Amino acid sequence: MIKIDAQNVDFYYGDFHALKHISMQIEAHTSVAFIGPSGCGKSTFLRLFNRMNDLIPDTHLTGNVFIDGRNIYDKSEKVDQLRKNVGMVFQKPNPFPKTIYENVAYGLRVNGINDESYIEETVVKTIKQVALWDEVKDKLRESAFALSGGQQQRLCIARALAISPSILLMDEPTSALDPISTGKIEDLIHELKEQYTIVIVTHNMQQAARVSDKTGYFYLGELIEYGDTRKIFTNPEKESTQNYITGRFG
Amino acid sequence: MTPIQHLGNIDRKKRLSQKTAFGSFTFLSYSVVAILFVILGFIIIKGASVISWDFLTTAPEEGMTAGGIYPAIAGTLYLVLGSSLISFPIGIMSGIYMNEYATNGKIVRFIRIMTNNLSGVPSVVFGLFGMALFVNTLGWGDSIIAGSFTLALMSLPLIIRTTEEALKSIDDSFRHGSLALGATKLQTIRRVVLPMAFPNIITGLILSIGRVSGETAPILFTVAAYFLPHLPKSIFDQCMALPYHLYVISTSGTDIEASRGMAYGTALVLIAIVLVVNLLANALRNYFAKKVKMN
Amino acid sequence: MRKFIEKLVEGGLLISGSISSLAILLIIVFLFKEAGGLFNSPVVEEGYVLALNKDNPVKHLSPEKIMDVFDAEITNWKELGGKDEDILVFRFSDLTNYYPEEELGDEFQYVPDKISELVNKEPGIIAFFPQQYLAKDFQGTVISGDKITPADFFAGTEWYPTSTPAPIFGLIPLLLGTLLVSIGAIIIALPFGLAVAIYLAEIANIKTRSFLKPVIELLAGIPSVVYGFFGLVVIVPLIQKILDLPVGETAFAGSVVLAIMALPTIITVAEDAMRTTPRAMKEASLALGATQWQTIYKVIIPYSISGITSAVVLGIGRAIGETMAVLMVTGNAAIIPTSFFEPVRTIPATIAAELGEAPAGGAHYEALFLLGAVLFIITLVLSITVEYISSKRKIK
Repeated sequence: MIKIDAQNVDFYYGDFHALKHISMQIEAHTSVAFIGPSGCGKSTFLRLFNRMNDLIPDTHLTGNVFIDGRNIYDKSEKVDQLRKNVGMVFQKPNPFPKTIYENVAYGLRVNGINDESYIEETVVKTIKQVALWDEVKDKLRESAFALSGGQQQRLCIARALAISPSILLMDEPTSALDPISTGKIEDLIHELKEQYTIVIVTHNMQQAARVSDKTGYFYLGELIEYGDTRKIFTNPEKESTQNYITGRFG
Repeated sequence: MTPIQHLGNIDRKKRLSQKTAFGSFTFLSYSVVAILFVILGFIIIKGASVISWDFLTTAPEEGMTAGGIYPAIAGTLYLVLGSSLISFPIGIMSGIYMNEYATNGKIVRFIRIMTNNLSGVPSVVFGLFGMALFVNTLGWGDSIIAGSFTLALMSLPLIIRTTEEALKSIDDSFRHGSLALGATKLQTIRRVVLPMAFPNIITGLILSIGRVSGETAPILFTVAAYFLPHLPKSIFDQCMALPYHLYVISTSGTDIEASRGMAYGTALVLIAIVLVVNLLANALRNYFAKKVKMN
Repeated sequence: MRKFIEKLVEGGLLISGSISSLAILLIIVFLFKEAGGLFNSPVVEEGYVLALNKDNPVKHLSPEKIMDVFDAEITNWKELGGKDEDILVFRFSDLTNYYPEEELGDEFQYVPDKISELVNKEPGIIAFFPQQYLAKDFQGTVISGDKITPADFFAGTEWYPTSTPAPIFGLIPLLLGTLLVSIGAIIIALPFGLAVAIYLAEIANIKTRSFLKPVIELLAGIPSVVYGFFGLVVIVPLIQKILDLPVGETAFAGSVVLAIMALPTIITVAEDAMRTTPRAMKEASLALGATQWQTIYKVIIPYSISGITSAVVLGIGRAIGETMAVLMVTGNAAIIPTSFFEPVRTIPATIAAELGEAPAGGAHYEALFLLGAVLFIITLVLSITVEYISSKRKIK
């Protein structure tokens, strides 16, 4: 089943042509990694899926992006509804200056849930889901800023999961973390892809190889190659891809 | 996990609440604009019929119900000039010291707190202080020099802060580049840093002129004359000033109703000064911003 | 040589760097030097004597009591803790009612004796006369040696600086007037100020912003005397007419004018504070399906709350110290305000209105400097509060 379908997408920052006629299909319950050198457009492409680029003034898009068969850039589409369905985890852990509990509850509250017992149940469930429960169960009412970077990032994942999205976008989620925290998050991604469609942007090629089913390689705003991760990393079709993954540039 | 389907109808509610909130913010924002235009429009319309060449170039007559406001315009000019001569060099130097020389964080913090405190001091307190120090203790009497010093002191925080911010915005690499070529610190500041910071500093100076020309309370007891048909002869003379003149003829003139016209005219001249000063500052800012972009 | 010049310039910079600290110091010294003199001033107008019969148990009177006596509000010594005896008020000009002019001598050389005699004769007398007519062997109780006390000033509920024989300098009505007008101004300005700040920081596009910012700068640039004039000719009559008041010059008029004047401060500081909210924080909220408005009130406002508080405090500071506009529209009645729609008088307006008439060095002059000192301390406390709030924010 096709979850995300991007057709002939072009994207501009002012005059800068950031994405060049990209088409890509992502299947449900798979994990896809975007790799490529800095500034290649992979993050921009990722942020199209929850319309995060709308926030940047003076940008525009041509082409279509479908999620579950709906054109998310259609005028009648409500962006907050879209974002409820498409969760996102950012490069740097960015918890709110609130308690651990309220961070996870935030998405539920802004989406109109007032049932406190339901909120509590969900908060506990999602914190357990990201394997953070044992570490924070006694300090749910303390500030999220007191957690370590790795814990904060898992909290941000829990926060995204709490509103039950079907897609999870991850923009270099481990680039600010130490190797142990990174390992924990990668384990988590493995588990999560059973239930969610995961798209992850990463600079770390081992990570792409470890966590993804499919990989897309971006270069200068173009999607150079997209296919099974194993094939991309063992036998890529394009020379550019080969050069990148073997570390000859990037 | 079960998807939260029952969230569907809340979306409309939260979008409606956003629409209401944003609608009222937009409305309130534009009412602030409307307030400005009402004030400006009122004074321009009422004042325009009064303004004439004679109004700007002759002295008040008949108990300030007729004639012009020339002595007040000239007085304000003297005060702006006098206070600028004092505050510009000291303020700019103080800003340079803060950003370029002071290395001890505690001292910088202390000076910054003091500058902030100074900018919070009410203008009437500056008036009291100017009277106690310049008029009485130093024996200058009510005079242009006493008024200029008082106004200069009042405008210092603005000048110090804009200078400091202008200098701060210049990347350290320019300083290092110059120092690496063997230039001294002072040479670096004079030849590299100051020219680059100049546009922003000058904007601050222009805005301070606008502020000085409109202040009343500090000159009330240090220089301002109720009525003076001729121009001052030295810096130890009193002079008239536009803001004080407006205050006098709108509240305590010989015949308040009869001098209303004069008051509208004076208010318009004051507004015009503020408009010109702001436009000039904006134009300069844009001009230099463009120039920097081109470079 | 070059090195010497360089050192010289650096010295100059150092001196300039300390100018604001020096200025604050000088302001404190001069303000308090002049102000402190008030508590060394006699209760009664200088050069005059206030005396009682020597058998009168009352030995001290506060300025307010003296005024009540001379205004015939108090007519019996019982009310002042004395005997049950009617008060006989004697002013110097009354002298000829008691003694024919010829008895006073050609050059009034017998006046001191006559006054002395009168005070001894009348047990209920309170006599007010020039110092020069005080007899060497005067036997009555001279109560004019009393000094004005801090309690007279700080707890005084009336302000009659030119009343004779004893001027009254009570801070309370002026302080309350100042607070009433300023707090009213902030209450009016706050919804506008915060709305514009939010609009500028989060809603307006670049084009609208580049239109609104200069408008607000212009609003900040208009001289206070022009606001006062506008208030006087437009707002005051409007308030009088709409609210059907006897006079339009009220605390409310002052608050409206001050609200407009405090707007630019509130807007600029609050907007800057909201802009410091990290983009990551906003994006996280939006990515969870929050609307822009939800993000503003659930994330941005809590995050920038200390900056917004600073904006409010600075706005209050601006309003409290504002002089001319308030002077022109509040009616300047020095009474303890009981309503928002009555004339009031603020501290700065009092200074501006009265300093010109107060002889330098006199008690009135010193009292005005003391008002200035009070004002200075209030604004200093507000500045330090802002400093404290923003330093706390940095630690977080």
